Amino acid sequence: MIRFENVVKKYPRGTRPALDRVSVEVERGEFAFVVGPSGSGKSTMLRLVMREETPTSGTVLVAGHDLGAMPLRKVPRLRRQMGVVFQDFRLLPGKTVYQNVAYALQVIGKSSLSIRRVVPETLEMVGLTGMEKRLPHQLSGGEQQRVAIARAVVNKPMILLCDEPTGNLDPAISLEIVRLLERINRTGTTVVMATHNDTIVNDLRRRVIELADGRIVRDDEHGTYMPAS
Amino acid sequence: MSPRFLLGEIWTGIRRNASMTVSVVLVTMVSMYLLGLGLLAQRQADTMKGYWYDRVQVSIYLCTDNSSRPNCGTGAVTEEQKSTLLTQLEALPEVKQVFYESEEEAYSRFQDQFRNSPLAGNIQVGDIPQSYRVQLEDPSRFGVVVSQFEGAAGVAYVQDQERVLNRFFTVINYITLFSVLLAALMVLAAILLMATTIRQSAFSRRREIGIMRLVGASNFTIRVPFVIETLIAAVLGALLAFGLLWATVHYIFSRFLNQVVLDQALIGDSDVFAVAPLMFAGVVALAVLTSTVTLWRYLRV
Repeated sequence: MIRFENVVKKYPRGTRPALDRVSVEVERGEFAFVVGPSGSGKSTMLRLVMREETPTSGTVLVAGHDLGAMPLRKVPRLRRQMGVVFQDFRLLPGKTVYQNVAYALQVIGKSSLSIRRVVPETLEMVGLTGMEKRLPHQLSGGEQQRVAIARAVVNKPMILLCDEPTGNLDPAISLEIVRLLERINRTGTTVVMATHNDTIVNDLRRRVIELADGRIVRDDEHGTYMPAS
Repeated sequence: MSPRFLLGEIWTGIRRNASMTVSVVLVTMVSMYLLGLGLLAQRQADTMKGYWYDRVQVSIYLCTDNSSRPNCGTGAVTEEQKSTLLTQLEALPEVKQVFYESEEEAYSRFQDQFRNSPLAGNIQVGDIPQSYRVQLEDPSRFGVVVSQFEGAAGVAYVQDQERVLNRFFTVINYITLFSVLLAALMVLAAILLMATTIRQSAFSRRREIGIMRLVGASNFTIRVPFVIETLIAAVLGALLAFGLLWATVHYIFSRFLNQVVLDQALIGDSDVFAVAPLMFAGVVALAVLTSTVTLWRYLRV
């Protein structure tokens, strides 16, 4: 589903490459953690998959498409096949829970009929039934992240990318969020989650790809994570 | 994207950026008003040209008893001289038609044309000499007539209407030039203001734009609300300019000037309608081009 072949990514002002000769593959339906300290290249990996960045050298393949060779006008179609969740939720403050999730479908031209059917389903799946009319600031952090997840998966993407989704949440809530991601994964969605939350990684015993200074230093099938600090 | 959703987005954009939108409307209005004035001034010139060219182009005034012209030393024109002149005129290939105007006719025409002017009371029969009024095939061939008849026996002087009118047209041309130059400056201001407004609007919606890009909205979807917002503001400005222009022509030209100046040779409401399509097409092109270029520069994928 996602394949990196000898990927190097240098930023214009970076002293060393953000990613240095990274080769890794994540299969369809897999659940993988990408771990490592800040600045180790986790976010860069996700940004390359989203085609927010292109590799300096090497190849990034998503669902068989070489992203480096993909023309810009095809990028929106690629992004419709993936959902993205961030540490800071990125909800629209003026829109309700329901509107935030529906927005993702409205802007890609879904009919209002299918939106009215799919959005409540998705909200129910993430456990937010009854909160449709709330505004983001009336929700707890965990609830806001659930809205963000609902928005990311409402279009039934093949891939769900999560960049530190539990970074702003306390441990108990974090675990609930990751359990939700696991449930989404069980429906066939490939989930890649960048994190440095060792408790969660160690609880779940899933695949762990560890980065340090832009290189893959470890790739365990049922790994753990022991941060250096 | 459903039309209702799109309208909602556009409305939100305009509301959040209301003051900038209003300024775009006003600047567009002033620039289009000036442009319209320039175009109308030109149409006024054309109208008058058409009016006059259909009528007399050259007047050959004949000598009277008390004429002070050097050529009239021998006194008033004789019937013999008159018929010679007429034969010569009609023999010229440049001449289309010749009318004779007696002193009485000249007097009554003047009285009629200047009926609303205090001038009318000061003129008596005989003040305006009798004349041959010559219509030319080609108004610009006036020189031929002048060279042949200036100085001929019984002719006081030859007057080219075009030369008289040309002075007036020069003034109109300057008005046109001036208003079009001002309009060009205002259009430049409008373009810059539109570009700034779009950037401001894009900035105030950066969260939404971020989400749209994230979920794979097409460039078209992301950009079209900005284009339509700009278009709405610009067309609103053009509508106001049109209204203002109509009012100018209707109340100042048709109602007021028409009573003061010679009648019939003035532009009217229909001329405003004639320049309107040009104004609107210009405004639409301006808004679409400006917003497309601005978005292309500031809203990359």
